[in-house]
Amino acid sequence: MVEYRIDRHSGVATYVQIVQQTKQALRLGLLRPGDKLPTAREVVEATAINPNTVLKAYRELERDGLVEARRGVGTFVRRGLNTTPADSPLRAELDAWAARAREAALDRDDVAALFTAVLDEHFAVPDPNGRTGRTGRDDRADRHDRHVRHDMNPGDPS
Amino acid sequence: MTDTAMAATALGKRFGRRGGWALRDCAFRLPAGRVCAVVGPNGAGKSTLLALAAGLLAPTEGGVTVLGTDPASARARVGYVAQDKPLYPQLTVAETLRVGADLNPDRWDAETAGRIVSAGELDPKKKIRSLSGGQRTRVALALALGKRPELLLLDEPMADLDPLARHELMGTLMARAAQYGTTIVMSSHVVAELEDSCDHLLLVGGGRIRLAGEIDDLLGAHARVSTAVSTTAGAAGPAPATGGAPGGPPDLAPHTVVESRVTGRQLTALVRPAGPLAEDWRASTPSLEELVLAYLRNPQAAPLTPAEPEEAAV
Repeated sequence: MVEYRIDRHSGVATYVQIVQQTKQALRLGLLRPGDKLPTAREVVEATAINPNTVLKAYRELERDGLVEARRGVGTFVRRGLNTTPADSPLRAELDAWAARAREAALDRDDVAALFTAVLDEHFAVPDPNGRTGRTGRDDRADRHDRHVRHDMNPGDPS
Repeated sequence: MTDTAMAATALGKRFGRRGGWALRDCAFRLPAGRVCAVVGPNGAGKSTLLALAAGLLAPTEGGVTVLGTDPASARARVGYVAQDKPLYPQLTVAETLRVGADLNPDRWDAETAGRIVSAGELDPKKKIRSLSGGQRTRVALALALGKRPELLLLDEPMADLDPLARHELMGTLMARAAQYGTTIVMSSHVVAELEDSCDHLLLVGGGRIRLAGEIDDLLGAHARVSTAVSTTAGAAGPAPATGGAPGGPPDLAPHTVVESRVTGRQLTALVRPAGPLAEDWRASTPSLEELVLAYLRNPQAAPLTPAEPEEAAV
């Protein structure tokens, strides 16, 4: 069972925090296939957040194929999130790249900025539509001097 | 059963024949099952609105329906906790709960009411008059929830509570909403207090409804934009379509401007976009608090309520 911790000052939308913490629990093996997620009622009683926020997070996890809702029974984990094993070729390549970056006299922040920039190029930026997504988006826009356009149609239609 | 928990049309309330209007021209619809924040500055009309919905005040003009009927007919299904938490001071906590059971013979949920009271470690033999403000709030909420209401009207429910009790009781309210689909309407002048718990907003200011709707929709209908005041030639990206003349302040039209401010070379504004935003504007979704404050600082800003056709375009 996971216990969600909501940080209202993180700038990350609350439902995104639930999604992220669930995925983190899957990665760490704290949640395994067949495990039951807490009910919306249990989550809101402990966190005092709106029930729809929990349902929205669970719907997103369901869309990703990670969990499934069984009517009247609860929401269950369908599959875990496998982290890339330590001996994978991808990791070895990244390792070699990091060594070269160090030789080129980049410091940790330079490397992180470079990596994040490339990451943003190849992967969708998470949470374009969170209620409190302001901080993340602003920071990102400032750091990379990119113009993030306002999403006219944010969020889940429901 | 109806899918509308509360609806007002042209609702107005004036105190005394010559008094000012506490509330006027209010029109909104609150769907059932929502947790709605009624937000506004002191004296905005929040308490008047809740008392009208509870049937404790009669409207001067227009009307409000509650659970598909008039407030008086809905009373058995509505829980209302007024701002001053009125209880009988000479009764004990246990006697107060017994009154709740006697007055709500077919509905009373003794277990829930008892659990809320005991979570505060209240001595059932203590008289109401000897309780602190926060303890009285707890008893009042126990009474209101023990009634198994379909609609809960709570006027500043969290004001007297310490942070721990606030979190616990808000959790209890949310659990109620999750389990039974109870509609909850809570007023506060502290927006941050309600931000995570509510999914619907009524912003009351100067006796009018300034904003009404789902919070996600309202936030999505607004953008916080910032841009340089003088548009320099050769800036990255294509030339802005609505960036305004070079050197002059950017033209915010055709967007509805709620608030705009120029600081040095930077223009920041909160707008309701009426189309794509200019390429060189940095835009982000405002927080609920930013949205509410912008409207309260700018009383002339056009209201956004479902009664307006603009809503359909969002």
